[in-house]
Amino acid sequence: MKIRLQNVVKTFDTFRAVRDVSLDIESGELLALLGPSGSGKTTILRMVAGLEYTDGGQIYFGETDATNIPVRDRGVGFVFQHYALFPHMTLNENIAFGLKVSRVKRNRAEIDARVQELLRLVRLEGLGDRFPAQISGGQRQRVALARALSVDPKVLLLDEPFGALDANVRRDLRRWLREIHDELGITTIFVTHDQEEALDLADRVVILNQGEIVQQGTPKEVCRQPNSAFVMTFLGDTNKVSGIAKNGKVYVGNTEVQFAYGQADGPVEIYARPADLEWEDLHDGIPAQVTRVLDRAGERRVIATTREGDLLEFDVPPESSVEAGDNGHVVIRRAKIFPAAARA
Amino acid sequence: MSAISSRRKPPRVGDAPWVRRSLIGFVLIIGAFLVVAPLLVIAVEAFSQGLKAYAATINHPDTRHAIMLTVITALIAVPINTLFGVAAAWAITKFDFWGKRFLLVIVEIPFSISPIVAGVAYLFVYGLQGLFGPLLDAYEIKILFALPGIVIASMFVTAPFVARELIPLMQAQGRDLEEAATSLGASGWRTFFSVTLPNIKWALLYGVVLCNARVMGEFGAVSIVSGNIRGQTNTLPLHIELLYHDYQAAGAFASASILAALAVITIIAKVALERRGAGRGRKKLSAANAVATETIS
Amino acid sequence: MKRNVLPGLKLSLGVTLLYVGIIVVLPLAALVFKAASLGPAEYWSIISSPRAFASYRVTVLCALAATVFNVIFGLALAWVLTRYRFPGWRLVDAIVDLPFALPTAVAGIALTALFAGNGWFGSVLAEVGIKVAYTPLGIIVAMAFTSLPFIVRTVQPVLEDLDPALEEAAQSLGGSDLEIFRKVILPLLTPALLAGLSLSFARSLGEFGAIIFIAGNQPFSTEITSLLIFIRLEEYDYQAAAAIASVLLITAFVMLALTNYLQARALRYTVRS
Repeated sequence: MKIRLQNVVKTFDTFRAVRDVSLDIESGELLALLGPSGSGKTTILRMVAGLEYTDGGQIYFGETDATNIPVRDRGVGFVFQHYALFPHMTLNENIAFGLKVSRVKRNRAEIDARVQELLRLVRLEGLGDRFPAQISGGQRQRVALARALSVDPKVLLLDEPFGALDANVRRDLRRWLREIHDELGITTIFVTHDQEEALDLADRVVILNQGEIVQQGTPKEVCRQPNSAFVMTFLGDTNKVSGIAKNGKVYVGNTEVQFAYGQADGPVEIYARPADLEWEDLHDGIPAQVTRVLDRAGERRVIATTREGDLLEFDVPPESSVEAGDNGHVVIRRAKIFPAAARA
Repeated sequence: MSAISSRRKPPRVGDAPWVRRSLIGFVLIIGAFLVVAPLLVIAVEAFSQGLKAYAATINHPDTRHAIMLTVITALIAVPINTLFGVAAAWAITKFDFWGKRFLLVIVEIPFSISPIVAGVAYLFVYGLQGLFGPLLDAYEIKILFALPGIVIASMFVTAPFVARELIPLMQAQGRDLEEAATSLGASGWRTFFSVTLPNIKWALLYGVVLCNARVMGEFGAVSIVSGNIRGQTNTLPLHIELLYHDYQAAGAFASASILAALAVITIIAKVALERRGAGRGRKKLSAANAVATETIS
Repeated sequence: MKRNVLPGLKLSLGVTLLYVGIIVVLPLAALVFKAASLGPAEYWSIISSPRAFASYRVTVLCALAATVFNVIFGLALAWVLTRYRFPGWRLVDAIVDLPFALPTAVAGIALTALFAGNGWFGSVLAEVGIKVAYTPLGIIVAMAFTSLPFIVRTVQPVLEDLDPALEEAAQSLGGSDLEIFRKVILPLLTPALLAGLSLSFARSLGEFGAIIFIAGNQPFSTEITSLLIFIRLEEYDYQAAAAIASVLLITAFVMLALTNYLQARALRYTVRS
């Protein structure tokens, strides 16, 4: 089912949570809505579900204008952040709920069969008679998914599905969600503030900030070609160095940084991942002094300060002899350069 | 002192033995005087003239009528109040609308008002000198000095009881479950009965039990609206007053013993329900039970 | 603009408003209307009559005394129930609710039987020259009895939720038990205590059934305001009844506003996000 949002707006009292968002979601796609808290991603998800109504704009399910259709009739499967499993029902009864209240009448045997099928899908067969309180967080999340799938939804919506779980459990569930999606082929949208999760799972990532879409694309596209400092810093560890652009070249202090920069002269900010910086004693680079060295398993992380006062973090080989107090140069191998933001 | 002898823990504030002992003593002694003694004296006085006299009072037609009137009043007032409490809790906790806080305050008002004031207020609506007085008189409808008056005055006094138990609990439970049910295709009624109700049933029962105890024991408001006609419009509490002022103390205590027994049963029920989680929502938020907290998800 | 996701607003709100309108608002409005129809001069002369004034004095002073007692006893009770375990504590915890569950008339005759001159306590107290029944002391006892649960039940949850780390920190800094109680624990309890206190006070002001048996009901000395209203009704002096009842009503509203304010403040301290 293809989903289209067109100029969608949502305001809470005076807070504009979602400002004029337009988005196309292809049928069968696994899409991530990624952004910091307050970016409007959960609100958008809930509007697609019908758990909030838009204050402006339309939402289309396929060719149908679903903007005013109540949640009950939209045929969405919603997985809540805190699972929202019915505590007084067994897992079997939880999953069966949507089937029992459905307009399509099924008999007892059909419902039971479907419930068992779903339990198998989420690898919880045999636990059907337990209560939500008796299973782990990761298992609850799987039951919530099974329940959402029970109504054969046109679109699957997940609100921070793995937010409340341990890091290891999250990684496992992530992998497993991808498998399920590939097997079933349902259009899926999930909301997260964890960039690793979004990049790992999604076919396409939509990055939101303060109610607007900042960038969208495949994980590769948004990682390799971030269109703004915000996207760059949000997607991963970044080093920032201030510089000046003059006549198409970029300078940090007196050092020329070898990157093509086609925009106007003026102050710029240079963003580089830790992996794209190297420490050199002798060659050209940005002069800096090491302030701290952090030893970790498998790597040594160096924190150095440039003459201009910028802090840089990068890794050196574990056997390197760099120590705090050393003077040297930092060479930037790859970077993204953006005009310096106007001081807001 | 402490029953746990094998684990030593550093003493907290107030754990010094003399403090413990004197506080516990203080509390038990005054508790015995103030709370236990009244129960005992009721039992003693009720049977002070012997078992036969006790039975005679209970079996007296006026007493039996008073009991019946009390029970009927409860049978009408409590279910209606419960329905109201559930409706109010649903409206207030599952939705946001202008005036919600104000509504909450109004629902709680009867809790703060003297029952006499309530009785007088009802007099001025349904009594001869009240708003509807002449109208009711013209159609010969008797509200005051009859069962209807007693019932609605009792409903006023106990209006907040069920709502007060449900609202903090449902507030704390949030709307997630209901939203989940709706997203799965359930209708409003289905959602309420299958999802909401099972999760509030102990608190609901708790509210009903308290409401019932209060209805059966209501005195001040009912004194005014019932007309106090012996054998016809006396509820049990009024009957007790009547006997007492008639110098039939033993009889009064005999009737009182019935209500005292009801109070004890109410407390037992309360404890049993609290074990199952009722009242906890109210206890946790009891310091703010009249303040509706808004949540924007 | 705002459409609701969950169903049932119209029905539930409709039922609520209908019920509240007919059962709660209508009578109170009628009372206010009746009292207002008296005209300011007449109204004032009724509510400021010597007898009415005496009844306010009796009611308020006794309620104050009862509340003071309840604060001390209620605090002690809440403390004992939360911090100590002794055989029978569950029973004590349950019994605290007895005044809440016991009909006021029943409480009234029971307390009278206990404190009358020939009663179990009354006779003992008479030996030392203290008369309880038919004196303001009796009113105070009755008020204390019926309002006791309010303070205990408001303070208990706050005590239970008190972070032990706060006490431990204070102990490690060298405070004595009494100091810690006064400077750390009590201030944290104060909002809840105030809220419970105002509930208790309001309840005492309006209490009727438990008091009229033990009070003696002598005008100007042991007559409470709610009884005065009742007497005026029996005299068919509806105007006076309305006027004096309106005084109680206004007081109740003021206490309600005060309690709400105090409870909102208490919320600041007790809710952990």
